[in-house]
Amino acid sequence: MSTIEFSLNGQQVQAPAGKSIFSIAKDLGIQIPHLCHKEGLAPDGNCRACMVEIDGERVLAPSCCRSASSGMKVQTDSVRAVKSQNMVLELLLADMPDQGYKWLKDDACAPHGELSQWVVARGVQPREQLKALRREAVPADLSHPAMAVNLDACIQCNLCQRACRDLQVNDVIGLAFRGAHTQVVFDMADPMGESSCVACGECVQACPTGALMPKTQLGAQSVDRAVDSVCPFCGVGCQITYNVREEKIISVAGRDGPANQGRLCVKGRFGFDYVHSPERLTVPLIRKPNAAKDPAMLAQGLDWREVFREATWDEALDIAGGRLLGLRNQHGPKSLAGFGSAKGSNEEAYLFQKLVRTGFGSNNVDHCTRLCHASSVAALLEGVGSGAVSNPVRDVAQADLIFVIGANPTSNHPVAASWMKNAAQRGTRIVLADPRITDIGRHAWRTLQFNADTDVALLNAMLNVIVTEGLCNEAFLKERADNAVELKAHVQHFTPEAMSLVCGIPADTIREVARAYATAKTAMILWGMGVSQHVHGTDNVRCLIALASITGQIGRPGTGLHPLRGQNNVQGASDAGLIPMMYPNYQRVNDSSAHDWFEKFWDTKLDKDPGYTVVEIMQKALAPDSDPHKVRGMYIMGENPAMSDPDLNHARHALASLEHLVVQDIFMTETAWLADVVLPASAWPEKTGSVSNTDRMVQLGLQAIEPPGQARADLRIIQDLALRLGLTWSYPGADQGMASVFEEMRQAMAAAIGGITWNRLLRESSVTYPCLSPQDPGQAIVFDHVFATPDGRVQLHTAEIITAAELPDIDFPFVLITGRQLEHWHTGSMTRRAQVLDALEPAASASLCAADMTRLGVAAGDMVAVTSRRGRVVLQVRQDEGTPKGAVFIPFAYVEAAANLLTHAALDPVGKIPEFKYCAVQIAPSIPG
Amino acid sequence: MQTDKTTETRMDLEQVRAQLRKPRPQLKGRQATDKALAEVRALTGLPPPGGHRRDLLIEYLHSLNDHYNALFESHIVALAAEMRLSVVEVFEVASFYHHFQILKDDESAPRITVRVCDSLSCSLAGSESLLHQLQLHMKADVSVVNAPCLGRCEQAPAVQVGQQAVPRATLEEVVRRVTDNQTTPLDLPQALRLEAYVQAGGYQLAQRVAGAEHDAESVLQVLESSGLRGLGGAGFPAGRKWRIVRNQPAGRLMAVNIDEGEPGTFKDRICLERDPHRFLEGVLIAASVVGCEAVYIYLRDEYHEARVLLTQELAALQADPPCALPRIELRRGAGAYICGEESAMIESIEGKRGAPRLRPPYIAEVGLFGRPTLAHNFETLYWIRELIEQGAESFVAQGRHGRKGLRRFSVSGRVKVPGVKLAPAGITLRELVDEYCGGMAEGHALYAYLPGGASGGILPARLADVPLDFDTLQPYGCFIGSAAVVVLSASDSAREAALNVMRFFAHESCGQCTPCRVGTDKAAQLMAQASWDADTLQDLAQVMGDASICGLGQAAPNPIRCVLDYFAHEVGRP
Repeated sequence: MSTIEFSLNGQQVQAPAGKSIFSIAKDLGIQIPHLCHKEGLAPDGNCRACMVEIDGERVLAPSCCRSASSGMKVQTDSVRAVKSQNMVLELLLADMPDQGYKWLKDDACAPHGELSQWVVARGVQPREQLKALRREAVPADLSHPAMAVNLDACIQCNLCQRACRDLQVNDVIGLAFRGAHTQVVFDMADPMGESSCVACGECVQACPTGALMPKTQLGAQSVDRAVDSVCPFCGVGCQITYNVREEKIISVAGRDGPANQGRLCVKGRFGFDYVHSPERLTVPLIRKPNAAKDPAMLAQGLDWREVFREATWDEALDIAGGRLLGLRNQHGPKSLAGFGSAKGSNEEAYLFQKLVRTGFGSNNVDHCTRLCHASSVAALLEGVGSGAVSNPVRDVAQADLIFVIGANPTSNHPVAASWMKNAAQRGTRIVLADPRITDIGRHAWRTLQFNADTDVALLNAMLNVIVTEGLCNEAFLKERADNAVELKAHVQHFTPEAMSLVCGIPADTIREVARAYATAKTAMILWGMGVSQHVHGTDNVRCLIALASITGQIGRPGTGLHPLRGQNNVQGASDAGLIPMMYPNYQRVNDSSAHDWFEKFWDTKLDKDPGYTVVEIMQKALAPDSDPHKVRGMYIMGENPAMSDPDLNHARHALASLEHLVVQDIFMTETAWLADVVLPASAWPEKTGSVSNTDRMVQLGLQAIEPPGQARADLRIIQDLALRLGLTWSYPGADQGMASVFEEMRQAMAAAIGGITWNRLLRESSVTYPCLSPQDPGQAIVFDHVFATPDGRVQLHTAEIITAAELPDIDFPFVLITGRQLEHWHTGSMTRRAQVLDALEPAASASLCAADMTRLGVAAGDMVAVTSRRGRVVLQVRQDEGTPKGAVFIPFAYVEAAANLLTHAALDPVGKIPEFKYCAVQIAPSIPG
Repeated sequence: MQTDKTTETRMDLEQVRAQLRKPRPQLKGRQATDKALAEVRALTGLPPPGGHRRDLLIEYLHSLNDHYNALFESHIVALAAEMRLSVVEVFEVASFYHHFQILKDDESAPRITVRVCDSLSCSLAGSESLLHQLQLHMKADVSVVNAPCLGRCEQAPAVQVGQQAVPRATLEEVVRRVTDNQTTPLDLPQALRLEAYVQAGGYQLAQRVAGAEHDAESVLQVLESSGLRGLGGAGFPAGRKWRIVRNQPAGRLMAVNIDEGEPGTFKDRICLERDPHRFLEGVLIAASVVGCEAVYIYLRDEYHEARVLLTQELAALQADPPCALPRIELRRGAGAYICGEESAMIESIEGKRGAPRLRPPYIAEVGLFGRPTLAHNFETLYWIRELIEQGAESFVAQGRHGRKGLRRFSVSGRVKVPGVKLAPAGITLRELVDEYCGGMAEGHALYAYLPGGASGGILPARLADVPLDFDTLQPYGCFIGSAAVVVLSASDSAREAALNVMRFFAHESCGQCTPCRVGTDKAAQLMAQASWDADTLQDLAQVMGDASICGLGQAAPNPIRCVLDYFAHEVGRP
């Protein structure tokens, strides 16, 4: 970029051409008042506080919007410029209420945030004549559970609108009306709480004066400490700062992390107070001797004191470890199993799987990845040799076309969705392929609402178009792919016309989208559990791999394959080996070299056989006594299979049947209810650790607060239990030896994170892997030259059409689709105890389209009973025209109407993932009483 | 109250949230109903394959507003869904424009809306008392509202009944039209229509220019040597503008500004209603010389009669084109003076709120839909044919007091014969009144005058001999703008005039920037006080003039300064 020279306040200054006068001045330490300007948002130049005088110009210029040019003479401090700057501050201040909502620190006399800051700096006092004309006060809008709207402190600077629309693209906030009546509005000047606001809170983060504020931080702004961490919810990996006052988290701010650049969603910003819930477990608990493990009690709202008694840590650990040891000694290593957690840190996941493998002596360790992307990982490992994403989410900015299939990113990965919507604003075409049309649909170039369960038909038809129309990238196939000939032959008979009858998408639309994908300069595929949670989940992903490969849409920026990971550390937990068939970094347990390496590394004998997966373990818990692999004891850390597994009656029965169940959690979850020993654990802000996001970024979270009562850091609990199992581990150092554990993990996973030391993580706070050396900056995009397969080439696989395991019939005519919703995460154990999230989504709902509601004779808000062959729930109808005819959508976070009572435990044969996205149900109006 | 809020404890918040804890039977926010969707579709038609054009939003709002006499909230929600916009994107636009009345679904729309012009000339003619009488007289199903300048200052007081203009309105006449339900635009029998225009030699020049018989360079030279300047108010040399846009990359567009809203101005309407094709021929020549592939004509919504005429004549032209036509779209304003500002007009053509853009970049480079754009006022284009046919010399030969050319003055107020006066540039007010307007109205003596509408300032009678033209009035703190001359007599006061125009500015400020949004509002309040707070008003004047984004705010202080300079005795100042 060229450099220009100009005069600033009489001084000759050099600056890059195009840079704003404001930024140049700022770099030189020259302060210019500004209110409507914020880093990261397009300058708007409306507040006019930053006006400067430019020689030869009739009027002053806004320094935030004006770039300097050669020879320009600019004065930021001329009498004329300062006059306007100060008058703007005075005019705005004269209209403000006496008391404000965002004090400078604790100063109630400087109550208007940035406006007060400049007013104080300039010594501006509004004259009485102007204060006498103060605008009419507007009543506060406190209708939203999280945010207070006080428009009497609004300066119409438009930052909230830009935050809502330019950054998050939620399009809720606008400036309506005109002149002095110009007003920030939500939708149609509706109360914020009744508007379409999704409470991402980007507006409160942007508001300079406190007109929009988190309700928890009205008034004084000072905090005791601000601690950097990572959001504990989804896999996007937003960096956050916990603001702590009097040992409580009072608010969360978005931090400028690589995945989020300061953006957050409602969960990350307002869902933090579950940690302070009175329902937190604070003491170790032991089941009373004669308290039956009755799953039916879950529906009865009993007090846990009727079932458990308090115990000391020593007693609880002794019983927990002793009985597990006893079962192992009596029935062998395969009688035990462990579920680790994708909500814990990498270090916890690593130690947990090590405990199972070396302490239990089998590979019976798994976690919820089995329930979300197991099929994706299986297909990716087979096809490209790595289960992780090829390109980070933010690569959508480089994509000409974004193919989103089986995902609801605006609800489940809201910040990731914001990057997609930003791309769409700049002209990128989004194709949404999903049986449900969700919010991202409004931003899509084409929406393909295909029939549920027909992914393979749709994708094979797209492949057919690409092959038959000669749109394959032959050079790519020749150099980098195996089995291309077989694939091409296979898709020949999947014509768009034939597949249209199956998937319900017109043949011409299939052609149009296939051509667009194939011929786009760069096209990226992102998918979620709509793809993976089927008995043909692995086949679905095989088709996606084929699509990216035959078009060469992989290995470059803006292309590739991105399974959107659900939980904040599902990537890291899988990497760390919380998988029954793999050691850390996906080294197969039945691969003798890996097996030998780990036997040596851990200095112990290891089982050669892969262990059982989540659903298989539940089945093995109910196996006859004669089964040598019958699972009799379990250790479950931070997982809630009594809510998350399919066919819950069966799963809960299995858990209740265990001879010994140890549950380590922060709440009395539905699973903990069935435990023998419950160990009170630490919530994410209460510990230090690393987590890996969907983009393969290892990110650091620091401890912000202490765990409540006797609750302990999970890393310590795992080590204490290991000791009871006779393991002699030693992880010295602060934070329960965190750094030592990480170092061991680094050695075990050198091929992935060899270049990431604990110190580097402390220093950089986020490092992307593969990262093989201290100098390696980390590889955000992989497969640019070779795939991670044995021969370095992508392995193409064909897929036949397989139907769902349970199709609708006359008795059960509806398809049940389960999933998540914006406010609740996974089984709701945390989010339903977060007050804002609970207030926003307090009850279970069944989404139906109007046509089906009419057919069923129910109205929005009515209660209905939804029944499958396995269970029944009663819940409220929600009208949602995005739900396809003949289907009902139910989120699975609600214990009082647990969707998984209905779901089917049919498994994908390869990924062993259950078919959460499809089973048959009947719906009937529910008569109260 | 405040202390309660800021010390809200966790328990308090819990209670607040418990009250807000409500299950939702639908998705967040308002959802379109089938009924509203059907009603919207009946007016907009089904979306074409690529979806509705975003820039037609205001046109669709007009369809609804015309049909239902208001915009109902359910229709706004449905229209948003049909256009794949968010609700707020429609609402913020609808609520910006005065002609859209947004009603809740359980409210009823007025049968007829009667608009009474309250701008200066009509106010001098007694519009205020007419408004009150009408409000007392009308039944509840008729809405009587005041309106900013209707562009009929020569017919003051002006009223609109629905879309029908009532010149020199009286209570009886308005009541008669309301009773008879006369709400549609009147015919314009005196208009020169296509056939007559062509018979009189029209469009031959456009044909020659299109066919390159008359080369573009010579057209440009005529414009340059004539010194023709933009006649919307800013006065940018037309020839130079054509060259600048012509040199921009391809994909150039043209936007024609007939949002004649400056109080006191009505010349464009008069010309358009009489000779629309003279203007359209200018459009074709400009588009041809500059190379614009499409032309957007933005007509203020108050000119219903002109819109009907222009729609008919555009159709006639397109049915029988004299040469290859660019794509021409007629767009309808919706009651917003600010849309006369060229960048606000462009925003409005794009279907958005009429908020002016910051410059640079200039419209010529980045204009309509981000493309290089030739933006012109109506009258500038109206002159083109005559200038080229007659030659620059004959134009330049006109003028007085050392000025060159002709100007169309819109004269209203206390003169005997108000109207559009084609007079030599540089003519003085006194000459204009005496020679072109039959002198002052009976019983009125010249006291003061506004040389350039609401924005151009106010001058006292002692400065009635200053030449009126571009650049001649700056030394007196005024400018000629669109040459809208409003004449005040000894029975009027400059302070009332200044207050009238400041209220107008406050009403019409887009609200985007602080100096104008807050400044015009506070100034109007201060100017209503018996004795003016000159210091505060001067400070307001300075920040508005120096720091506003566009000409509205920058010119708004002119009446303040003029009153303080020339009429201080009226506001309690020495």
